[in-house]
Amino acid sequence: MSNGFHIVVCGSLVPDPLQTLQPVMGASGLPELKSEMMLPSVLDPWAGHALFEAAHLAAKTPESKVWLVSAGPKARLQQLMMTLAQKVPFELVALDGSASGFTDASSVAKSLSEAIEGIAGLDRSRMLLFGGCASASRDAGATMQIVGERLSIHDQFLAVDELDVENDGSLRILERIEGGQYLESVCEGPPAMLGWATGTLPEPKNNPQVGMMNMRTIMPALQRAQSVSVGAGDSTFASVEVPQQRRETRIVKDLPADEIARELVEWIRS
Amino acid sequence: MSVASVQDEKTPVMQTLPTDEVRQIMWRFADRYDLQMLVQSTRAVARGVVARIVAEGARNTHEWTDAKDQMLKAYDESGITAMMSTPEFGGYLAGPKNFVMALTAFELAWVDAGAATCSLAAGLALEPILEKGTPEQQAEYLSRCVPPLPGEDRKIARGAFCLTEPLPYVGVDTGIMCGKVRVAEWEEGKEPLLQVDKRGRFITNMDYANFVVAAVESDDDRIKGTCMVILEEDDDGVYDRGAVTHKLVHQLSSTRDPIFHMTVPASRIVGGYTIQDGVVVPNHNHGKVLEAVFARTRVPVGVMTAAKLVSAVEPIIRYQRGRFRGGEGAPGTPRYDLGLQMKEDVLHRLVDVWATGEAATSLGLAAARHFDEFEELDKTRDDLYAEAGASSVREILKIRKKTEKLALEYLDLLTQSEEERDEARIAELKSNRLVEFMIGESLSNILSPATKLWNTGQGANMMREAVSLMGGYGITEDCPGFLPQKWMDSQLEATYEGPESVQRRQLIVTMTSELFLAQFRQWIVELRTLASERPGTGACTLGSAMELWLWTYRHLQDSKDADGKPLYRDKRQGATFPMADALSWLLACRCQILDCLELAKKGPENPVLGDALPGYVQFFTDLCHVQAAHAAGEVSRICADLVYGYNRHPSWDPACEQCVQAGEIDCLEGLIPGISVGARLSGDVVETDGSHANKAGPCPHFTGMDGFISRRNKLDGCLTGSRLAKDRAGNVLSQVMIPEALDYPI
Ligand SMILES: Cc1cc2nc3c(=O)[nH]c(=O)nc-3n(C[C@H](O)[C@H](O)[C@H](O)COP(=O)(O)OP(=O)(O)OC[C@H]3O[C@@H](n4cnc5c(N)ncnc54)[C@H](O)[C@@H]3O)c2cc1C
Repeated sequence: MSNGFHIVVCGSLVPDPLQTLQPVMGASGLPELKSEMMLPSVLDPWAGHALFEAAHLAAKTPESKVWLVSAGPKARLQQLMMTLAQKVPFELVALDGSASGFTDASSVAKSLSEAIEGIAGLDRSRMLLFGGCASASRDAGATMQIVGERLSIHDQFLAVDELDVENDGSLRILERIEGGQYLESVCEGPPAMLGWATGTLPEPKNNPQVGMMNMRTIMPALQRAQSVSVGAGDSTFASVEVPQQRRETRIVKDLPADEIARELVEWIRS
Repeated sequence: MSVASVQDEKTPVMQTLPTDEVRQIMWRFADRYDLQMLVQSTRAVARGVVARIVAEGARNTHEWTDAKDQMLKAYDESGITAMMSTPEFGGYLAGPKNFVMALTAFELAWVDAGAATCSLAAGLALEPILEKGTPEQQAEYLSRCVPPLPGEDRKIARGAFCLTEPLPYVGVDTGIMCGKVRVAEWEEGKEPLLQVDKRGRFITNMDYANFVVAAVESDDDRIKGTCMVILEEDDDGVYDRGAVTHKLVHQLSSTRDPIFHMTVPASRIVGGYTIQDGVVVPNHNHGKVLEAVFARTRVPVGVMTAAKLVSAVEPIIRYQRGRFRGGEGAPGTPRYDLGLQMKEDVLHRLVDVWATGEAATSLGLAAARHFDEFEELDKTRDDLYAEAGASSVREILKIRKKTEKLALEYLDLLTQSEEERDEARIAELKSNRLVEFMIGESLSNILSPATKLWNTGQGANMMREAVSLMGGYGITEDCPGFLPQKWMDSQLEATYEGPESVQRRQLIVTMTSELFLAQFRQWIVELRTLASERPGTGACTLGSAMELWLWTYRHLQDSKDADGKPLYRDKRQGATFPMADALSWLLACRCQILDCLELAKKGPENPVLGDALPGYVQFFTDLCHVQAAHAAGEVSRICADLVYGYNRHPSWDPACEQCVQAGEIDCLEGLIPGISVGARLSGDVVETDGSHANKAGPCPHFTGMDGFISRRNKLDGCLTGSRLAKDRAGNVLSQVMIPEALDYPI
């Protein structure tokens, strides 16, 4: 039996913010970002880290394979592939639907998990489910867990920065916890879900040669992309606004840490 | 600026700077994923490694440094180096390379033109081999120029192209060379060994080139004429990289004055040779190779300057908007939000910079696409002549003359209405490959020099405008977007691969081709039709300017100066060169309009553009209009100068025909009452005491100039609306969203 991993990465696009993006109520009653459709798109950064980690792991583990499952407007996905496809080898599973940040995590997770179930040749016993621990457009922090649950993957790790495969095939995983510390876990092996933080790898360089190879499967995948309706579920939005940033600066010398903490707690409570 | 007068609520406004989707449609590579990927990959290198080393001061030395070497490695890793090769030899892009070279040059020059030159010069060294090399030479160098694949143990071949020589030899004039080739050894029945002696001046890539393609002339009865020859670093003899050139520009590229004294086998002659009566006869003389190489490689140089103009837009907007922030005026006030953009002039000047950049890019990329489309046919030219039974120079000239007539007939038939024209004849002429070849060739001969001439020359002028918009910042090393460096660099783009005079010299010959002129006339008709379908692009203005140019051209052909000397002659560069410049203005503007119309036509097919499309189309339409007015003004000025400037101004000299002597008209007063008063009113009378009106002489008469005057008057009127377009475009520049920061270091 092969030891390779079948790594499925969930990730899609987010608008490349040129200026602060203003949320507004759309005509359909769902919120949207002002001028979002006019902005160029980029790969959601956390999903990007997940993809690059996946490719790196696949490259050093023979007989591994990477899929990228993306839900987003088809034409925009295609444009995104012009850069992404050059970075690392993968096979695309495209879902034509909204990539808005105002959709409901469970609705997105449902579409993604159904698409993953439909991947031909995917060996679920060797599967590592990767994604971002958050998204630049919807910081729900729940999507990947729900996808995992729906696929009956119960070993779940969040805010992962490092994954090592031990000689016995077990996975040693570092998750970010508070105070700049890591929680180190060892998991017997796949299947597992890893929601990545930044990981440790730089963004791979573009290489059109890799791109040309990927495009052979990406273009047909885009052509047969199923349309999915990802919505806001039962949520209703009363109003939307940009979180206000406040800065009040006071310069005080030699204040003990306890005193600073006390002041902060007071400020938060007030 | 009075916004209300030029923009109502319904006028769509461009929200963001043009995206990749917009560019892919305008520049016709929306369906070329391979090119889109290479663009992205090149961009990452340009705005990554290249920008970083420029920001760190890599341009402060003309020596080759580790930092500059990193750039080459980045080219190797990102597919830039391998783009010149073909899949057969380890590359990944099939087909012609003109458009891809232009796009790569665009992306690299967006940050630094010297970086673009490095990549371009590697291509320049390969071009002679690609164009005229033997199949063996092509196989060897196309595979060696590809970076080694993992596991492969070999050194990549990087080349230099060595034509220019120390003074007083090869420069603009490539005819007289001091580079020599002799027979070093020629054993009976074996391949001759050649002794090559060549000194180069200003040779790009010389710090690291491990092969050189050099132009040399025979200094031996046993070798005929001139040729280009490949020299390898490890060949016997001296391969001296020579002194470094102390460049003030393009410091990211390598330039030196090398010296070669080497012995190489005759098989290194580019394109091979035959032996005739004991003499080595190269299959291609150096002129023939140069012609093929320069026709193509000058285009990406023009695209480089174009890219820099377009790249200047974003940093300038950011500077203008932020100019007063931090002082008086809180967010929400015009002083804070708009900064310098409260002033109309800075917006208008930026519109001009952008419009020039658009026109230049459109022209350059149109030229590159033309060369791609024409390449296959061009390569079969000798076969086509042979098929037509022509082998000697005379026979070829004869068949060309005959074919030109057919081609003209074909072009003429195309202008006739579809109901009336002879479709069978059209089909017959269309299937004649020589006809197709000659039409394509006439365009190649124009598009390449026009791109090089106009883009780099006018581009350099407009880069100065761009720099001036940054105030004092514009002439410091810290200027965002490296604008002052880009300005200075433009002067090199205008110089190497043949300065402007070389391009003008070519154009004044090639634009006399009746085949070209027939197409030019056809374009005027097309522009009028386009103008009626989509008014506002300035297409009609351009059509009128083209008519004025055509009239002037015909006029100059038959005219003489005040001393009776013909005007349109090779030696009279003063009378001919400006017409080449004027033509280039027109061509750039036409390509810009066609690209804008392409966006309007194909944009709706791209769902990504959606609601943003109308804003882009409106903005580019306005830029076209602005540019058309600018071109019309230039052409008008040039033509009027040439049409009137060679006539001698009448003087107050009593012998002058146009002078009216007071005595003569006073005598006539008896016969024609009132004449003496009337003539004096015109101010051209010399009184008996020799006094006359205060002016240079009697006003000249314009007999025979009606055609010119009416066309020029019409053209002036065609400027109607162009300033409104400029107001609108300027207004958009004060609203368009830009990123918070530039996407490369400063
Ligand atoms: C940085 C750099 C890199 C270069 N890289 C290369 C390279 O890789 N390979 C290579 O072979 N060359 C290279 N060159 C050389 C370059 O192509 C020449 O400098 C250029 O062609 C002009 O030749 P010249 O300098 O001898 O100018 P000249 O021949 O001295 O001309 C000077 C000026 O005189 C005028 N002039 C000359 N002749 C005429 C005429 N017939 N009619 C009207 N006006 C005329 C023009 O205004 C012209 O600009 C490079 C140059 C530089 C500066």
